[in-house]
Amino acid sequence: MAGEDKEMNSSDMAEKVCVGQQMPAGKMQSIQLSAWFGAKQALTDISLTIRASSVTAIIGPSGCGKSTFIRCLNRMHELVPGAKMSGQVLLDGKNIYANEVDPVLIRRKVGMVFQKPNPFPTMSIYDNVAAGLRLTGMKKGKSLDEVVKHSLEQATLWDEVKDDLKKSGASISGGQQQRLCIARAIALEPEVILMDEPCSALDPIATAKIEELIVSLKRNYTVVIVTHNMQQAARVSDFTAFLYLGQLIEYGETKNVFENPKRELTEKYLTGKFG
Amino acid sequence: MSHSYAFRKFKNRLFFFLCLLCVVIAIVPLLSILYEVIVRGTPQLSLHFLTANGLQGGIGPAIQGTLIIIGLTSLIGIPVGVLSGVYLAEYGNNKYASTLRNVNNVLTEFPSIVVGITAFTIIVVGIIGTFSPLAGAVALSFILIPIVARTTEESLKLVPDSIREASLALGVRRWRTILSVILPTARNGLITGTLLAVARIAGETAPLLFTILGNSYFFQGFNQPMDALPIRIFLDSRQPSAQIQAQGWGAALVLILIVLTLNIGVRIASRGRLGR
Repeated sequence: MAGEDKEMNSSDMAEKVCVGQQMPAGKMQSIQLSAWFGAKQALTDISLTIRASSVTAIIGPSGCGKSTFIRCLNRMHELVPGAKMSGQVLLDGKNIYANEVDPVLIRRKVGMVFQKPNPFPTMSIYDNVAAGLRLTGMKKGKSLDEVVKHSLEQATLWDEVKDDLKKSGASISGGQQQRLCIARAIALEPEVILMDEPCSALDPIATAKIEELIVSLKRNYTVVIVTHNMQQAARVSDFTAFLYLGQLIEYGETKNVFENPKRELTEKYLTGKFG
Repeated sequence: MSHSYAFRKFKNRLFFFLCLLCVVIAIVPLLSILYEVIVRGTPQLSLHFLTANGLQGGIGPAIQGTLIIIGLTSLIGIPVGVLSGVYLAEYGNNKYASTLRNVNNVLTEFPSIVVGITAFTIIVVGIIGTFSPLAGAVALSFILIPIVARTTEESLKLVPDSIREASLALGVRRWRTILSVILPTARNGLITGTLLAVARIAGETAPLLFTILGNSYFFQGFNQPMDALPIRIFLDSRQPSAQIQAQGWGAALVLILIVLTLNIGVRIASRGRLGR
């Protein structure tokens, strides 16, 4: 990635990232990312690299900045009144906070699934999935019907709703709604999918389905998932980042972080001594 | 023990009956007005009464004028009001907007007679030079816009932020999010609020007296006086003749029916495919 090399040579900050991290350059990278809500600092100097076609889990106790971190990755953070950030976020080596970058276009490449399922209540199941393409005016070679079907299939929802595509998106169960939201995000064919505690409002069976789906998504997408459920992180992710009080405490392959944590704080959190 | 339970139960009942009593106090005058209008107005209704002009003892011009004035006012007032409300709700996170919001709230309570005199001075005397349906529509728009703006803002604020975020996170632009996601989600509140506002201006009398004046004949052009039901009712009620007063009751009944029909009609027409 030529762009990234340039970025690293030109910036002292970027160089620091490589220190202590043996991971190869990835799909996305945050460089000394800090974020604030008004005067309150939520993130301090987070530098980490997210590998392509993998699932990266962000874990940590409530209020540690997990959600804020991923909202910085698709420029949703700045929509909150009073929110600020500093540092850089690279997508394929390009800083998404550069002046000439349109945040709206970044969000089309970096999709997001939220904690509570939030289908558009006035739209049918079909329209919900088609909404991204229709409302962004993106014309596709394939017909809309095909995109909707393909997206629902990838979200493992097609078989359950194929006869009810005209029904309201709000009329299906919570777990189905969340898969609908995933299908809605997939329909735009983003490169990265961010998930902000996607299972916390769901029952165990629906959670199992979403987790299965997350693992299958990494074939085509780079997935970043925020979770407060450590078992979930262990089950679905390849890499795990542990955040505490807005700082990155530990980051590495999930297996290593869970079985052989390098930092005492990580071990304490993973064994339930606080959190 | 049982005594105190009985007492608590009594207090509970008492509160319930106080609430009920207040509802009755609020609704009795309304029902009695409606009863009076129906009883006195119904005998007047006939094809001749509804279609003949004023000189022949009909209220045709008044009905026509009211429909024209409601239409024109809605045409001017609803788009301006809704977009103002969108600004206040979706872009209104700054000190200019909060000033605007306060000004708008004051305008909502503005005495309609002052609006009438203002429109008379500026439009009737100043711009057009004659009494005119347009002046009436503009005057009523001054009343309509702040109400619609406020109800729009309130309806949009009820749309959960999660819906806004869902759309923005798809990379949908803000204007498109507002038009295609937020406004449809707030549709029910918007329609109800707008209808209430239109019903309110349909009965406004004072601004019309200063702007369209009243007329015994059917619509004669945008630079001529025009009749409207509230004006007819007002003028008829001041006549010594019992027959003309009775015509006023008839006109009042027709005005109520028009507002009611408008209400029901718009609700049916705007019922969505996914209706809730």
